[in-house]
Amino acid sequence: MITPATPKSWYLPSKPHKFCPGCGHGITLKALGEVIDELEIQDKTIFGCDIGCSLLSWDFFACDSTQTHHGRTTPVMVGIKRARPELITIGYMGDGGGYSIGSQHLLNSAVRNEKVTLILVNNTNYGMTGGQMAPTTLPGQKTETTPYGRDPELTGYPTKGPEFLAELTSDGAYIARGTVAKYKQLKRFIKNALLNQIEGNGFSFVEVLSTCPTNWRTNAQQTWHFLEEEMEKEFPVGELKSPLGKGDK
Amino acid sequence: MQKVISETKKAFMTGNETAAWAALAAGAEVMYGYPITPQNEIMHYWTRLAPKYDRKFLQTEDELSAGFTTSGAVQAGVKAFTATAGPGNVLMQEPFGMAEAMRLPLLAIIQQRGGPSSGTVIYSQQEVTLTTYGGNGEGHRIVYSTATHQELYDYIIKGFNTAWKYRFPTFVLGDGYQAKMREPLEIYDPEERGIEMVKTYPLIGREGHIGENREPQHLCNIYSLEEELYDVVMKTSAEYEKISPEIVEYDENLCQDADVLIVTHGVVSRAADDAVKALRAQGIKASYFRPITLRPFPAKQLREAIAKSGAKKMLIAESAYGQLDRLTKQEIYGETIVIDHLFMPGVGIVDHDIITKVKSML
Ligand SMILES: Cc1ncc(C[n+]2csc(CCOP(=O)(O)OP(=O)(O)O)c2C)c(N)n1
Ligand code: SF4
Ligand SMILES: [Mg+2]
Repeated sequence: MITPATPKSWYLPSKPHKFCPGCGHGITLKALGEVIDELEIQDKTIFGCDIGCSLLSWDFFACDSTQTHHGRTTPVMVGIKRARPELITIGYMGDGGGYSIGSQHLLNSAVRNEKVTLILVNNTNYGMTGGQMAPTTLPGQKTETTPYGRDPELTGYPTKGPEFLAELTSDGAYIARGTVAKYKQLKRFIKNALLNQIEGNGFSFVEVLSTCPTNWRTNAQQTWHFLEEEMEKEFPVGELKSPLGKGDK
Repeated sequence: MQKVISETKKAFMTGNETAAWAALAAGAEVMYGYPITPQNEIMHYWTRLAPKYDRKFLQTEDELSAGFTTSGAVQAGVKAFTATAGPGNVLMQEPFGMAEAMRLPLLAIIQQRGGPSSGTVIYSQQEVTLTTYGGNGEGHRIVYSTATHQELYDYIIKGFNTAWKYRFPTFVLGDGYQAKMREPLEIYDPEERGIEMVKTYPLIGREGHIGENREPQHLCNIYSLEEELYDVVMKTSAEYEKISPEIVEYDENLCQDADVLIVTHGVVSRAADDAVKALRAQGIKASYFRPITLRPFPAKQLREAIAKSGAKKMLIAESAYGQLDRLTKQEIYGETIVIDHLFMPGVGIVDHDIITKVKSML
């Protein structure tokens, strides 16, 4: 029997994982696991997760891991990295954790060019708490707290994280937006974000466009359509900033 | 690590300067902090001294971040501390709560200022409740309340050891007077005095190869089931109660035979000490009891002081509106001694205030 290859850095006792069927978290963490293997950093990686559906990854990797409060993953990773620069710190969070309750940490760690890698899953809502509006909710999108659709007059337009971080950061920063719809590209961005930390250049950030069929209340086809059409229109995919730009990527 | 103080030195300095020297002498490697009066100069001295001894500092974006970065450093096995006051102490209750839950050995120096809200930047004893029982937990913390600069120095050194030995978040509770006042003290290298500094160790970021000679560490503070959390909290509570007798500290004077027992903590106990002496000189049998650890509280020792002194009355005096009073009453529940109080929230108390109050009680 052929089974799909499992990254060596995955922690098998916690598999199968607990994300809903069709959720993009699993794809993102698969890409991350493969990158950890390829870069051979499992022993010195500290994986930190937020509260949100990212929490379900608290024992996902066979890497030393820590879990903190909603929005506070960034400062915990910063504190570890500054205290022990030889460690590779990966903060994993949702769009609510990163862009709303923890936005001051994201913004200021970017400005300080903290040498941490942050991966933020954009699923356009608060998944874990049952589908409320997130900073990334699209105009017109229905959520539990925008039952008639998000009205930008009342609640503004979606947060463009990578765009504002690219503006804020200095030269050593790596900023990208990938999508679980383009796996190879996403994996390349995550790898670059970690290489950037390993090389000691600076702050590294990847936003991942992801799926949440449970709260979107979509079937497989609708889920994929929303991700590839609606989300990508609002949130263009690509590398916004990279100090690694010299050679092949 | 480079020695900071080779031989014992007499010094005349502020409490904030004292705190920075104590942290250096204790071998703290990292301070993360955010400016707030009256704590600022701890950071100012640290940022001047730290680079000379290869220690680190980060001014974070706020106190949430200062607390959480500190929690990260200690998880990675590095001796780290922070300092704050007032509204900053309020924000830091979030990371302090996490430190309680995850048994993180962080040390925080609190220089109390007036409250509620922004209050004053000057002085108070109004952060007792917050520092001992803040957060959505059970107060599994260790809190030393200091009265002199010498104690600030001694208990900061001791505090790092308590934190790392027992793995409970540890607090040194000072105040704005102690922070800003200058007074003489001795600064020393702890090892020279035979104080062994407890070795730090990483909870994550450990040596070795995962899957070969070690398992991955997965730390967490949230649970799926009520029973899981219950087990964790009950285990922590049992451990806290078991170690409490080793940690409890107090000070007393003239408790052998007294009519009135004066209970104070921190800098106010200096006024109480003077008041007791003056009252005795006037033939009034006053005595003095002071908890040095507010958590865990020296309840047994205070009950003994009540019994052996034969005092019929107790006076609780504090620069707050009843925070020490509530703490004390919950700890000595069942005692029948009559308790009176002198509450002066946010202002200093001198011996005269206590003497007048005691006389009015007799
Ligand atoms: C201080 C605090 N406020 C609120 C919550 C409740 N809460 C848990 S997860 C969450 C939102 C998660 O959304 P997001 O960060 O987008 O992650 P997702 O679940 O979508 O992956 C909230 C508000 C909390 N845990 N802590
Ligand atoms: S609620 Fe949404 S984000 Fe959370 S696990 Fe389910 S599909 Fe994924
Ligand atoms: Mg989300």
